[in-house]
Amino acid sequence: MITARQIALAKAALFAASLLPFARLVLFAFTDRLGANPIEFITRNTGDWTLYFLCFTLLVTPLRKLTGWHWLIRLRRMLGLFAFFYATLHFTTFLWFDHFFDFNEMLKDVVKRPFITVGFTAFVLLIPLAVTSTNGMVKRLGGKRWQSLHRLVYLIAALGILHFWWMKAGKNDFAEPALFGSIAALLLLVRLHWNVVQPWLQRRRMQPAPPHGLREQRLERK
Amino acid sequence: MLIKRNPNGIDIPFGSEITPRAIFESRRRFIRQLAVGSIAGGALLDAFAQAPGGQKLAAKPNPGFVVMDKPTSYKDATTYNNFYEFGTEKDDPARTAGSLRTRPWTIAIEGEVRKPLTLDIDSLLKLAPLEERVYRLRCVEGWSMVIPWIGYSFAEIIKRVEPTGNAKYVEFVTLADRKQMPGLRSPVLEWPYVEGLRLDEASHPLTLLTLGMYGEVLPNQNGAPVRIVVPWKYGFKSAKSIVRIRFVKDQPQTAWSISAPQEYGFYSNVNPNVDHPRWSQATERRIGEDGFFTRKRKTLMFNGYSEVASLYTGMDLKKFY
Repeated sequence: MITARQIALAKAALFAASLLPFARLVLFAFTDRLGANPIEFITRNTGDWTLYFLCFTLLVTPLRKLTGWHWLIRLRRMLGLFAFFYATLHFTTFLWFDHFFDFNEMLKDVVKRPFITVGFTAFVLLIPLAVTSTNGMVKRLGGKRWQSLHRLVYLIAALGILHFWWMKAGKNDFAEPALFGSIAALLLLVRLHWNVVQPWLQRRRMQPAPPHGLREQRLERK
Repeated sequence: MLIKRNPNGIDIPFGSEITPRAIFESRRRFIRQLAVGSIAGGALLDAFAQAPGGQKLAAKPNPGFVVMDKPTSYKDATTYNNFYEFGTEKDDPARTAGSLRTRPWTIAIEGEVRKPLTLDIDSLLKLAPLEERVYRLRCVEGWSMVIPWIGYSFAEIIKRVEPTGNAKYVEFVTLADRKQMPGLRSPVLEWPYVEGLRLDEASHPLTLLTLGMYGEVLPNQNGAPVRIVVPWKYGFKSAKSIVRIRFVKDQPQTAWSISAPQEYGFYSNVNPNVDHPRWSQATERRIGEDGFFTRKRKTLMFNGYSEVASLYTGMDLKKFY
């Protein structure tokens, strides 16, 4: 049995670990280790970590089902919020370094360029999830409604990967987005299996077999 | 105790109290190594080993071809660039191009010419007087550098091979050797890398047959031992590590226009008014200068080389991007 103290410790450790990529960026910035194009480095890095954390968040439920470690669910909110944290940094670098806080120019870019449109949409969709992540909000919305809202994360992950895919299209280099894509697809497929396919199979098994099937079986026995 | 003060109240330390440069630099290096060592281990230290140290190459500066912009640092210019034969990340070429053998090296110049030539590097170096020219380089990805190249006008070659009346274009072919170029294993582009220019573009005095940079022979990662530099076009038009130059009748099929024709046209002149489908070309980030607290700078038509405009009179550059 996992005690409240152990959960608190796990959360503290996870919090510290999740901040490491950010700490690394800060350290690199102050030690001149971001390379010739520091802004590109920061943009790519925060984008990568957004996708990593989205995958970590999506991994919690399958891992819980497979291992029976139900306490994992209590770490999920933090993982999701870190995805939002890195997405916010990623968006800020775009708004700051690419557009120097010119909001109009930024919006023009969003409308004009599909890969930015999908990335921006994914970021905007993350906002309501972050806002409703507190216990109070879960109560206020009610579990069912809260859960349907938070299923948006499937769409967000798909959009995030599409954003990365289109960005890499210019380099004709799909190795990384394909890897992210297959991991996310796998995580979504196991859900589909557990939540849709399995229940359907079970329902079928519980229904009586059609009469002619029974007759055939009897005939065979003769 | 008497404390000496400067009359305007500012303490100026004695010369002997100022930390000598060598010492503070070694302290900084020490702190950096501590930081790097504790985070990621020795692998990252490799990056610090980069320093100029190539073979010197003497050349006379040609003041007619020197932009006034501040040159990019040697380190940035040699550790951040695209050379897909050595990997698709911009720090890949500096890490992996050590396997390129630049001698012996021959370059075949053939096709629609009266006097085809096959030249080795030594004869190329002697073919015409070497000049140093400082050019802006604008990458299609939206960043730019300023690089002191060494070479001579490609027109010197054209003069010697005597193109026939059929020669309308020039095709530049890069080496494609899997043993020397790890990037060829990846199918990102069709190998060998092929680039091309219209004959009048290739004949323009700005088009530079390039053998060196920063007073040295070309580093492997920057296209050793011989490349072309076409400063008014996006960087990918300037083919590296060239083994064959062909004068041809028809417009060459170039590597990027094969892989993504809607994104990269044959001309690919630097043009702030024609956006890339996925980003604007109106501005650029000058590597080493445009940082966190400045806006990106405006990209100039033809990268500022307005003297080439007459090559495109009457052409719709939105259509011929």
